[in-house]
Amino acid sequence: MSIFGFQFRPKKAATAQTAKERLQILLAHERADTAAQDIMPLLQRDILEVIRRHMRIDGDAVDIRMERDDDRSSLEINIELPGARALSAQVRR
Amino acid sequence: MGKTTTSAAISAGLAKRGLKTVVIDFDVGLRNLDLIMGCERRVVFDFINVIQGDAKLKQALIRDKRLDNLWVLPTSQTRDKDALSREGVEKVLDELKKEFDYIVCDSPAGIEKGAQLAMYFADEAIVVTNPEVSSVRDSDRVLGLLNSRTRRAEQSGQEPVKAHALLTRYDTGRVARGEMMTVEDVLEILAIPLLGVIPESPAVLRASNVGTPIVLDEPSKAGAAYEDAVARLVGEQVEIRIEPNERPGFFQRLFKRTA
Ligand SMILES: Nc1ncnc2c1ncn2[C@@H]1O[C@H](COP(=O)(O)OP(=O)(O)OP(=O)(O)O)[C@@H](O)[C@H]1O
Ligand SMILES: [Mg+2]
Repeated sequence: MSIFGFQFRPKKAATAQTAKERLQILLAHERADTAAQDIMPLLQRDILEVIRRHMRIDGDAVDIRMERDDDRSSLEINIELPGARALSAQVRR
Repeated sequence: MGKTTTSAAISAGLAKRGLKTVVIDFDVGLRNLDLIMGCERRVVFDFINVIQGDAKLKQALIRDKRLDNLWVLPTSQTRDKDALSREGVEKVLDELKKEFDYIVCDSPAGIEKGAQLAMYFADEAIVVTNPEVSSVRDSDRVLGLLNSRTRRAEQSGQEPVKAHALLTRYDTGRVARGEMMTVEDVLEILAIPLLGVIPESPAVLRASNVGTPIVLDEPSKAGAAYEDAVARLVGEQVEIRIEPNERPGFFQRLFKRTA
């Protein structure tokens, strides 16, 4: 539609493609691991267990974030470790 | 139709005003709020995990990437409504109440368990209605439930849930042609105060395509109407404006005709 040298439909209006891509990524993940939602609590429990073999941490101290993408996903696990004072207190005990 | 769109728009509108807001998806098994909010790729834990004690609330809350004050609590895709319990919901809401100015609950359709739990602990309710006979009738039933099956209704000495009507997908063209009920018609029947009138608008589809609440997307009549509704919700006096629908631009119409 550029016979007049400019486009009547600006490119930004084409959001359907974005919608399709978002769905493809999401559904690929959902179909692949329908039970993924239920794996996360187990994964968290195991991670906590391993760490607790070595130090005392709180169940609250683990924060898990995820970002799904088309070629890869990332899982970010943040564990708040006890501060030096708390640690030395534990050691002394 | 329009509950999830409205939940996303209202919560984003509140957060934009600096109010700390969380929006919860109560549509267990059919979650869609995450898609409309654009955080679907970041869901790790959900509302059900929290209720069942498998995750801490703060682990399930997803912080919006655009607004610091906005958080989403997604629901489960794999469970069903029975995974929700009244006690579980109450516990989560009580915890959220300590932190947030507003808790927006996106109810599923119908009047079954999910919808009843979404409304049970409410202080205020936004009844989303389309100007169609079936929708207005359903809204009337929901109003009945708000007045009988909520904590405020069951506990004596409490004010009833404050209900507001939000009319959406309003098509001024069809109203003018007498094909669609007017705002006045609907309000006369429901007899509750009007929170806003949202025009039928292609901007809503656009925003859902890209996963952006309509008030955070490119300026649109529907977005502006939602911002007005939010202003009224927080107690500002804003006159109701009934905007004509957004139509395709002049050139686009020209091309449709000549094509
Ligand atoms: N103002 C509007 N203009 C045009 N389309 C709209 C408008 N509001 C909502 N829609 C469209 O209506 C459809 C349903 O909207 P939405 O998902 O918000 O409804 P819902 O009430 O949450 O539905 P459900 O009962 O399935 O949860 C969507 O396709 C949405 O894009
Ligand atoms: Mg919905």
